[in-house]
Amino acid sequence: MREFLAEYGQLLVEGTLATLAMTFISTAITYVFGVPLGVLVTVTAPGSLKPHRGLNAVLGWIVNIGRSIPFIILLVALIPVTRFIVGTSLGTAGAIVPLVVAATPFVARMVESSLAELGPGVIEAALSYGASTWQVIWKVMLRESLPSIARGASITLITLFGYSAMAGAIGAGGLGDIAIRYGYYRYQDDVMIATIVILIVLVQLIQTSGDLLARALDKRDR
Amino acid sequence: MIELRNLSKTYSTRGVEHTALEDVSLTIEDGDIFGIIGISGAGKSTLVRCINLLEKPTSGSVVIDGVDVTSFEGRQLSDLRATIGMIFQDFNLFAQRTVLENVTFPLEIRGDDRVDRERRGMELLDLVGLSAKAKQYPSQLSGGQQQRVSIARALANHPRVILCDEATSALDSLTTNSVLKLLRQINREMGVTMVVITHEIGVVEKICNRVAVIDGSRIVEQGSAAEVLEDPSADVTRRLLGRVRWDA
Ligand SMILES: Nc1ncnc2c1ncn2[C@@H]1O[C@H](COP(=O)(O)OP(=O)(O)OP(=O)(O)O)[C@@H](O)[C@H]1O
Ligand SMILES: [Mg+2]
Repeated sequence: MREFLAEYGQLLVEGTLATLAMTFISTAITYVFGVPLGVLVTVTAPGSLKPHRGLNAVLGWIVNIGRSIPFIILLVALIPVTRFIVGTSLGTAGAIVPLVVAATPFVARMVESSLAELGPGVIEAALSYGASTWQVIWKVMLRESLPSIARGASITLITLFGYSAMAGAIGAGGLGDIAIRYGYYRYQDDVMIATIVILIVLVQLIQTSGDLLARALDKRDR
Repeated sequence: MIELRNLSKTYSTRGVEHTALEDVSLTIEDGDIFGIIGISGAGKSTLVRCINLLEKPTSGSVVIDGVDVTSFEGRQLSDLRATIGMIFQDFNLFAQRTVLENVTFPLEIRGDDRVDRERRGMELLDLVGLSAKAKQYPSQLSGGQQQRVSIARALANHPRVILCDEATSALDSLTTNSVLKLLRQINREMGVTMVVITHEIGVVEKICNRVAVIDGSRIVEQGSAAEVLEDPSADVTRRLLGRVRWDA
């Protein structure tokens, strides 16, 4: 065990940090795009705040197309785009572009379903007090849905965690890369198992803290 | 004064048209507690939602203090709505905000600073007898308490009118009475006009001075509450009053 740690400890720590960086940075960027997209899809829906049939249909299409492309294909297909945006398709930076592109439609849908839980009553109440569209979005829709959106965020983190391991296969580094290089090409089961254990522990940690956060935020049922 | 002139509202869902209001004309004077009563589906909610234009009438007009507001939009509409409070059957409180934050919501969107709006909010919670609950959340209150909070919220902007859409329908009879008393007290002491939508004749008997009866999208009878209750002319009013001959 000590020998194993001496030999691979540093590698695994670095891999873990790279994976965490990739996951958290791309999740953060994803929400910058995904939340407005989810809000836009919601408020342009028929009967909603600002119904707009055309825009709603187009956005729905984009989201569905984005969600129907398997990540591994997106990863390869986006290489030129990634090079153009961040200058390289390798490493943590290179992984962020495909991760964000893959996760944005996913987050948009999750935000949309969080907002849908809200029901029309409170929005109507806010409008009846003279709230503007923006105020309804910020102060009612997003604020009231925050616990649910936070719950979605831990799901997104875990999904991107898995995706980032796949990105490792095409040179993104991190735990996925280690698992493939050592476990798959060199048949070093011990390294492979170590990466799996780390992944499991991290996923549990994210899920648990996400649940705790959502519960702390949610003021209903107490 | 609120005047509804020949108001009609037709919904069309996937090509199917449904008339919820037909040629409704009403005048609600300042200081009235104006009851609008009818059975389920008669068009009561649609009618009251037309007053603050949550629903756009298909034709006809809404005139408030002599100003035709039917075509108001944007800023102008928001400002108008801020002068009209509204309370709902299922309260529609914000679950993630404290009681005090709920009450001060109308002031928050108007841009008042926190100190001012909290002072006003506490004043209102005092009025409805819930200042001890200021820091709690709606889910920690009973239905009657939640409706009191929503009444305080409706009062925050010093409205001249409060629209009540089935405000007591989710409450038991004792709680209903205490909420109705509160509404009447607000009407008497602050001179706030009340538009009270209900399907329960008891609500009209207890607090309304005027009443309109709506049935099948139309106003079938209106007048002073005393007169209408004493001598109803429309069939539906008699049914709502329970004056039916069961064997007939
Ligand atoms: N957004 C809508 N789209 C289509 N039809 C609607 C809509 N809102 C109401 N209606 C229809 O208009 C009619 C009147 O509805 P309204 O809600 O005004 O009735 P109500 O008198 O308030 O009934 P209740 O006592 O059940 O609340 C109903 O037949 C209803 O189905
Ligand atoms: Mg109704």
